[in-house]
Amino acid sequence: MSEDEVFRALADASRRTLLDRLHRRNGQTLNELCEGLDMSRQAVTKHLSILEGANLIAVQRQGREKLHFINPVPINDIAERWLAKFQRSHLRAVSALKKALENDHE
Amino acid sequence: MSEAAQSTFVYVTYIRTSAEKLWSALFQPEFTRQYWYGMDMVCDWKVGASWQLRFADGRVGDTGEVLEIDPPRRLVLRWQNEFRPELKAEGPATCVFDLAPSGEIVKLTITHSSARKDSQLIVAVCGGWPKILSNLKSLLETGEPMTRERL
Repeated sequence: MSEDEVFRALADASRRTLLDRLHRRNGQTLNELCEGLDMSRQAVTKHLSILEGANLIAVQRQGREKLHFINPVPINDIAERWLAKFQRSHLRAVSALKKALENDHE
Repeated sequence: MSEAAQSTFVYVTYIRTSAEKLWSALFQPEFTRQYWYGMDMVCDWKVGASWQLRFADGRVGDTGEVLEIDPPRRLVLRWQNEFRPELKAEGPATCVFDLAPSGEIVKLTITHSSARKDSQLIVAVCGGWPKILSNLKSLLETGEPMTRERL
């Protein structure tokens, strides 16, 4: 479950479309995901398995159906690893300020 | 997942640890306080026991009941928000923790679902779980949480 796999899985417009559709409505079947898409059922199945391999979606059985859920955990990891670190200096400053102010009360 | 679930979110993460360690980290106060912004759980950990999730200052955030427990593999909680009136009004949700060890890795799946369509509770926890799980993974794999502050 490497970060490379996540970025590779995201580097495809069709797969991002599938994630967007799950973000709009979570827990869809393969049939529902195929509706109105300009992609063959086989292509959608292949993309879904790549997304599942990168842990970007989770599949759960509900009765006879297989439902697809977006998994926000790897996206959050990327956000923390690649976005939050550029804001970290602010966080440190805020945290130092908080400590200084709280110590004042002691 | 219940057949009647209308709003569901699923969180999956793979953590390099054992199921026993992960189980302790998920539910024991001395662990949860380290990666869950100081929060802890109060519970007797048996079927039918009442369950509480408390903030660092002791306020009760959520309450519920143990519906199923099979350490260190599976826990099912009834989950009722107590601190936001609009979420409390929705009534209880269900939260399932599944731990599936495979070699040196444990696959943790958390399924939080509500019988309410478009549940705001499920949307609200959606922002929280990924950060909590990143922190937990970091704590178990490196000995340090990513952050002790709420981002």
